[in-house]
Amino acid sequence: MRREPARTFSDLLPLLFPAAMLVVFFVIPFGIMIAVSFFRRQQGGFYTVDFVIANYERFLTPFFGDVLGFSLFLAAAVAVCCVLLALPFTSFLAGCSRRVQVVWLVGILAILSLSEVIIGFAWSTLFSRTAGIGNLLSALDLMETPKALLPGFGAVLTGMIYQALPFTILLLYPSLMRLDPSLLEAARTLGASPMRGFVSVVVPALRHTIAATLIMVFVFALGSYLLPQILGRPQHWTLSVLITDQAIYQSNMPFAAAMAVFLVLISLALVGLVLLVGGRREAAR
Amino acid sequence: MSALTLEGVAKRFGSLVAVDNVSLTVLKGTFVCLLGPSGCGKTTLLRLIAGLEAPSAGRILLDGTDVTGLPTHRRDFGMVFQSLALFPHLNVRDNIAYPLRIRGAAKTEWESRVGELLELVHLQDHGERPVSRLSGGQRQRVAIARALAVSPRLFLLDEPLSALDAKLREAMQVELRQLQQKLGITTIVVTHDQREAMTMADLVVVMGNGRIHQAAAPVDIYRKPANAFVADFIGSTNLLDIAADGSGRALFDGVPLPGVTLPAGVGRARLSIRPEDVRLTAPETAALTGRVTFLRDLGGTVETFVEAADTTIVAVSTRRERVRAAAGDPIGIQLPAEACVVLTR
Repeated sequence: MRREPARTFSDLLPLLFPAAMLVVFFVIPFGIMIAVSFFRRQQGGFYTVDFVIANYERFLTPFFGDVLGFSLFLAAAVAVCCVLLALPFTSFLAGCSRRVQVVWLVGILAILSLSEVIIGFAWSTLFSRTAGIGNLLSALDLMETPKALLPGFGAVLTGMIYQALPFTILLLYPSLMRLDPSLLEAARTLGASPMRGFVSVVVPALRHTIAATLIMVFVFALGSYLLPQILGRPQHWTLSVLITDQAIYQSNMPFAAAMAVFLVLISLALVGLVLLVGGRREAAR
Repeated sequence: MSALTLEGVAKRFGSLVAVDNVSLTVLKGTFVCLLGPSGCGKTTLLRLIAGLEAPSAGRILLDGTDVTGLPTHRRDFGMVFQSLALFPHLNVRDNIAYPLRIRGAAKTEWESRVGELLELVHLQDHGERPVSRLSGGQRQRVAIARALAVSPRLFLLDEPLSALDAKLREAMQVELRQLQQKLGITTIVVTHDQREAMTMADLVVVMGNGRIHQAAAPVDIYRKPANAFVADFIGSTNLLDIAADGSGRALFDGVPLPGVTLPAGVGRARLSIRPEDVRLTAPETAALTGRVTFLRDLGGTVETFVEAADTTIVAVSTRRERVRAAAGDPIGIQLPAEACVVLTR
C-alpha cells in the first residue's frame, strides 16, 4: 500500500500531539542524559557542567568490560533459549482449536503482567533449600539431599527466561497463525519427517520473524535489573545493576549516564547490525 | 492392475462423519476425479489417501500392500495442495529439488532431474526466480513439478486449479491431462467443478455426504446417473415423479410414457431427463401437454420452462428447432425413451 505524502500543514496536525509527547518525554530526557554523561562528577556530591570524556574512559577497565560482556552474553542467551522454547510451543498452539488457544493466551498474558519483583522472589523461594524444588527432586531420588539452587547463573537464566518467554510467544504467535499449515504438510508429502519438515520449511519460512523476535527479546533482557540481583551472585550482575548502583548509591550521575548512553548505543548497534546482515542476505537472493 | 484400493474407509471428527464407508478401486495409470459439492468429504478422502489424516475405520492398499499406518513421508506420493504450499524461502529450482535433497540425492543427480522437470512444465528459464515473483499459472507448474520430482506412486491434487482465472484454468486442465497421459501416472484430483472433471478424468467419482454416489466414466455419469443426487449435481436435469401401471410401464401424471419401464416390483420412481433431450411439439400431436411459463432466450439456445402436473420441465432447444410459443401457451412435450433414466432411489 502506498500513502499519499502529506502536503499541507493541516495534514500533519494529527501527528503533532504524539510528536510533542515523544520530544518532551523521550528526546529531551535522553538529551539531558547524554549531556550529563560528559559532566564532571563532584566528590561526595552532585556534578558540575563540563565536557570530560573520563566517564567513557572507565569502560576500558577490565571490570566494566567484563560486566558489559556478561550483560550482552546473558541477554543473547535468554533470547536464544526463549526462541528455541517458544517456537515449537507456539507452532503447536497455532494448530490447536480456538478455545484452547484463548485459554493459553490468557494464561501467558497473566504471566506477562507479573512484575519482575514477584517473579524474582517466587523463583528465589522455588530455588531455596528449605521450600524449593530441591525437596521435590530429593523425594524423587533425583538429588541426594535438598540443596539450594541459587544464587547462580542457572537461577538467573531460568528467572529471565520465565520472564521473557510469554513476550516471545506473543511475538511469534501472529506469524505462526498466518503461516499456511499446508507448508508443513507439503514437506511431509515430499518425504520429510514432521521434525525435519519443521526445521527445513517452517523455521526458514519464518526467518524474518525469528530474527525480529531475537532482537526484541535481546533488548528486553538487556534491561533486566532485579532478577540478576535476587537470583545471582555479584559476578552475574548486569550493566543495569551497575548503573543503578552508580546513580543511586555512589551518587555518580555522570558515570551512570555514560553507561546508560553506552548501553543504548550498543543495543542500537547490534540491532542495526542484524538488520544490515538480514538486508544484505535478502539483496543477495 | 489396481494401484489403489480403499476398503470401507471412514473418517469421523467427533460426531461429524466426513467420510462414510468408502470403497473404491483405482486402476494403474488412470486419472480419477473426486467430484462433489463443498463439504462432501472429497478433500478429507484425499487427505486420508495421502496419510495426512488417519482413518477411523477401513484399509488403504497400494499395489496390494496395506499402507493405512504408513506415515505420509514414507508413502512416496506427490501432492499438490489447494494453496500450492510453495516454500516461500526457496527459489523455483530449490522448491523442486526439495524432495530429492530430503532423500539425500547427490548434487549432480538432483540438478539434472530438476532440469528435466523444469522442461516438463515449460519453466526452463525460471529456475533461479523466487516463487513470490511468479504468476498464478507458473506457481501452479512449480507445485506440479515439485510433486512429480521423485516419480511418485500416486499423484494427488486438491482443487489444484481453483485459484486460476477461468481461461487459464481451462488451458491447465488440458495440460494436466496431457502430462498425466505422457507419464502414465495414477492421478487423483479433487474438484467441485464438473467441467473440470469431465475434461480430465477417466473415472469420475461423485461424492455427497461422505459417500460415493457413483463412480463411472464421465459420459456414463452424465448419461446414466445412478441416482437423483448425481443427476442433479452433474449438469442440469429435469426430475419427474413417475408411477408404474399394472404391467410396469411408466406413467407421468397418468399419461403413459412410451418405451419407459420401471423395474419389477417398483411402484414409484423418479425420471431424469436432460433439458436438451426434451422435445416440444404442438399440443395436439403429443399425449403429454403443459403450459409455457417462461422463456429464456440466450441467443444461441432457448430455454423453455413448461409447467405440467405441478412440475416444471425445462427444455433447451436451438433456434432452428424451437417451437413458436409464448408464455401462457399450451404446448406438447415428448420425452424420448432413450434419453430417460429411471431412478429408483
